[in-house]
Amino acid sequence: MNIVVAMKQIPDLQQIRISNRRPVLQDVPLTFGGIDKSALEAAVVLKESLGEVKVWVLSAGSEELEDTVKEALAAGGDEAYLVIDQSLAGADSSIIAQVLAAGIKQLNDVDLILFGEGSGDNYSGQVGARVARLLELPLVSYARDIKIDGDTAQVVRVLEDCEEVLEVKLPAVITVLSDIGEPRIPSVTQILKAGKKPKQTAELDDLGISAGQSNPVITLSNLAPESNRKRIVVKNPVELVEKLKSENLIGG
Amino acid sequence: MAKILIYSAKDTLALELLSAARLIAGETGAEIVALTINDDDQGRILANVGAHVYRVNAPDLVMADVAAVADVIAQGVQQLGAGVVLLSSDRRGKELAGSVAQFIEAGCITDISAIQVNNGRIECQRNALGGATVATQYIEGDKQVLAIAPKAFPAASGEGGSISELQITVKPSGIKVRETKTKDSDSVNIEEAAVIVAAGQGLRSKEDLAMVEALARSLGGVIACSKPVATDKKWLPEDRVIGLSGKQCKPDLALLFGISGQVQFTVGIRDAKTIVAVNTDENATINQMADYILTADMHEVIPELNRLLG
Repeated sequence: MNIVVAMKQIPDLQQIRISNRRPVLQDVPLTFGGIDKSALEAAVVLKESLGEVKVWVLSAGSEELEDTVKEALAAGGDEAYLVIDQSLAGADSSIIAQVLAAGIKQLNDVDLILFGEGSGDNYSGQVGARVARLLELPLVSYARDIKIDGDTAQVVRVLEDCEEVLEVKLPAVITVLSDIGEPRIPSVTQILKAGKKPKQTAELDDLGISAGQSNPVITLSNLAPESNRKRIVVKNPVELVEKLKSENLIGG
Repeated sequence: MAKILIYSAKDTLALELLSAARLIAGETGAEIVALTINDDDQGRILANVGAHVYRVNAPDLVMADVAAVADVIAQGVQQLGAGVVLLSSDRRGKELAGSVAQFIEAGCITDISAIQVNNGRIECQRNALGGATVATQYIEGDKQVLAIAPKAFPAASGEGGSISELQITVKPSGIKVRETKTKDSDSVNIEEAAVIVAAGQGLRSKEDLAMVEALARSLGGVIACSKPVATDKKWLPEDRVIGLSGKQCKPDLALLFGISGQVQFTVGIRDAKTIVAVNTDENATINQMADYILTADMHEVIPELNRLLG
């Protein structure tokens, strides 16, 4: 069976600095979103239990993607399918969904398409649902557990107030929670082997994607929120309690 | 002019969407319609506060098949002549948002925390870059799906609504519900709490939660945590997690112990009125956003606070 894991290339969020309320993205290394890595882990765990599984890593982004994808191939992806175009870095969810759906159509006999429930940077959570619609496949988001039995997946979907145990006909699109599995840390051997794993790259023209887009999302500003905290240093718990009492924040 | 259509499976969130819709309609003059699906009670609730409700009754529709529900909403959009669709940005609503947007080929913004209308443009605020920044965005075009965060708007009030029926078609579903389990949580919602006592990775053991719990109790507050404490260590349930993939909290007082202050966490607590940070690292990022800073080991500070306040 073929499992496709769609992963988004994002700046390493731990390394973004804020200068004059603006995010500084220069020299910040690129990586994949944390929840996307959990989706990859879920695919690799399914492969380990089912045997005959090929795990595809699918991504759309700038040419740095060819380097970033090694991370995912080291962590268990078998082959990569990359759509490379400078315009795809930071592109609108609706564009990315079209590109990924077109990419999936290029791969044969895809049984399961996994996404993180939201990307690490924008956490918009639209792309999986959009791809399901474009491919006219069943959609289940917020999965904490996936078991495959023949042409059916049993999925546990976690909502705020309940959990649903669902049976989904494959092929299907499933987006996962990070709880589905802690991404493994690849060994040195796996990292070395990752560079030799097969990679297919495509351009937008190959997929017949047009540049035009209706109803685009326009960003007017993107600034760190202003913080005017007091930042008063207290020496010990006694002083802390005094301060909080003087502000009527705690009783007594 | 294209109408504004609102839908949420949850009554409280649907009432908040009605407030958001009225804010937009106040500027654009658009008419508001509310959709309910297999939920006559919600239809009455919304009509009672002045909404023009269109009720869908589709016994064959599997509500857990979100794409099928999105199809129903898309049919509603089409039949009622809506352009702007407001959904709730809880998990169900967010999943719907992407799906509805693709059905009607709309632009989509989720997790919207605030809306301002400028010259007919619906400008939305949402977190970006993992919460490091707040982006102001709008959708250029007449098809817009906007998913609004819970509590971003107050519940609507009013009177003089109406209820009509809407006929739609339902396609066969590839999804079967085997079981629905209500979460056996102690039903504490940390988003509602006035006082939050939160522990992070500085917490040494599960046993030490007892002292944190005791402090929360004596302050009349609730215990919460950063994501690793729940997800990796499993010392607290997932519904106690503060942050981007957890809860967005607005307490009067937040005491944060052993939390370094990664942005994925701070985004969930930065709206607290007063923040106290206790951390062994005097350069911890969390101190940048704290009102009171105590550089010390939480395992010494909390027992002493418990003595002082007990």
